[in-house]
Amino acid sequence: MTVRLPENPPTDEAAAEGAAAAVRCSGLEYAFGATRAVDNLDLTVRTGEVFGLLGPNGAGKTTAIRAITTLLPVPAGMVTVFGHDTARDRMAVRRLLGYVPQQLSADGGLTGRENVSLFARVYDVPRRERAPRVAEALEAVALTEAADRLAGTYSGGMIRRLELAQALVSAPRLLILDEPTIGLDPIARTSVWDRIDEIRQATGMTVLVTTHYMDEAEQYCDRVALMHRGRIRALGTPEQLKADLAGELEAPTLEDVFRHHAGQGLHGGSSADSSDGEDFRDVRRTRRTATRVG
Amino acid sequence: MSAVPAVPPPVSAEAPAGPAPAGAVAAAGSTASLSLLLVPPRARTGWQLVPARVLAMCIVELQKLRHDRTELYTRAVQPALWLLIFGETFNRIHAIPTGSVPYLDFLAPGIIAQSAMFIAIFYGIQIIWERDAGVLTKLLVTPTPRFALVTGKAFAAGVKSVIQALVVIVFAAILGVGMTWNPLKLLGVVLVVVLGGAFFSCLSVTIAGIVLTRDRLMGIGQAITMPLFFSSSALYPVSIMPGWLQAVSKANPLSYQVDALRGLLLGSPAHLGTDIAVLALAAVLGISAASALLGRLAK
Repeated sequence: MTVRLPENPPTDEAAAEGAAAAVRCSGLEYAFGATRAVDNLDLTVRTGEVFGLLGPNGAGKTTAIRAITTLLPVPAGMVTVFGHDTARDRMAVRRLLGYVPQQLSADGGLTGRENVSLFARVYDVPRRERAPRVAEALEAVALTEAADRLAGTYSGGMIRRLELAQALVSAPRLLILDEPTIGLDPIARTSVWDRIDEIRQATGMTVLVTTHYMDEAEQYCDRVALMHRGRIRALGTPEQLKADLAGELEAPTLEDVFRHHAGQGLHGGSSADSSDGEDFRDVRRTRRTATRVG
Repeated sequence: MSAVPAVPPPVSAEAPAGPAPAGAVAAAGSTASLSLLLVPPRARTGWQLVPARVLAMCIVELQKLRHDRTELYTRAVQPALWLLIFGETFNRIHAIPTGSVPYLDFLAPGIIAQSAMFIAIFYGIQIIWERDAGVLTKLLVTPTPRFALVTGKAFAAGVKSVIQALVVIVFAAILGVGMTWNPLKLLGVVLVVVLGGAFFSCLSVTIAGIVLTRDRLMGIGQAITMPLFFSSSALYPVSIMPGWLQAVSKANPLSYQVDALRGLLLGSPAHLGTDIAVLALAAVLGISAASALLGRLAK
């Protein structure tokens, strides 16, 4: 079913999901100065699903992701990951996460194998197991042949796959991807998503992803949430969201749904949007990433 | 839309593993065997955690240096010029009273400390780059407490400083500086340089945490390196400084580093215990301050 917030309170179904929730945000709030980047966000990501968080720049997606990953301090009780509170049990939460930020974050001064080995070390993979585990992670993203080349020589798609290997080497239960395909050409995008899909089916991990690409959300996400001005405006499967709009448009697409809920933000007409502190940072980060991808 | 696995993994807050059933693994299609990637590693706890992170960060620095030694060569130019031009010239004119020790010998430990400090004092720029590139963000999401991450980075900067110091020691030896080759004393040199590198890199990260941008950090770094250098005993003995500068010198960790290096390399009278204690305390304070401000960089 589609849930529109904040008009609708959390449903019984949502409450029942709590026990099996990979991520649960309850009344999550975060402000940058006077700007509320995330405003009373209620969200449940079910175990094993691919969940897409969509929204225009400044909608609060990245802030929400950063709160879930423990990067932003939020009060206890607002965010749990597999039952662990991000404020009270930070280290346990981090051990459950694999995180790929929006920027191309692999170190170009190290080889692909060394990049993955670093994360094997910081997740305490024992020495005897490190080499085979790193090799397995690289093989899972089809980078075995390029493993001993400097990451600085990789294409944008290869770097994204390398970051996936870095995230996978610790066997996370929740993979968080912030705009994983931004700036990539269609073939590289498909390649990255195919790997995510294969790995996720093989490991059963939960995937939480933010994206601007509606076609990706439609094709790869089990459920999506549309965020606008720090709140979730619509939540459901892509089919459900499109069906909700069927009375207003003929054969609506997910992009129509996106425009329907975030249209004001896209046109930048409100004072709230222009004062949103995340807008400039989001755009700058996006452009920097796109430039590095080339 | 992708299919949800037939049997979801167990939802246990205690067991971080999320192994999928064997059937799901087999259904991975073109994905290779992921058997190792289904089992999370056992967490290190207690005292083992910080040394493990320090080792990880130091290995990364050494790997980077192995791939690209350009920085090593270019950074060797300035200390070489100090020893070759400034040292040789002042060695001839006997303008600075250094007792029975030739001025070039007196200067060499000072230049070792200076070149190691110059590397460390700009380490914050690397942290800001790592912040902008997302590398820092990713490391902060790993099970690494901030103080452990900063300690790791501080000792990694120390490793860079040691390599720089070794280059200067070899160059000084070629110029005829009479230094000890006693392995224990050289180990002492490594300790002193690592502690100094840890402090100055943390000073840099602390400033980075305050000013937040590369340009401002560059400006402040440029502004403080020369005062730190000239107010230490690197170029001249503390005894010939005016009173106010002697007071500044006593508060400058670089003076203690130079004193320890002279004692270890030349056998000059030194206060090794005090020097190492001050450097260790400075490193601890630096790590604490940098850890407290690292969060500002991550926001």
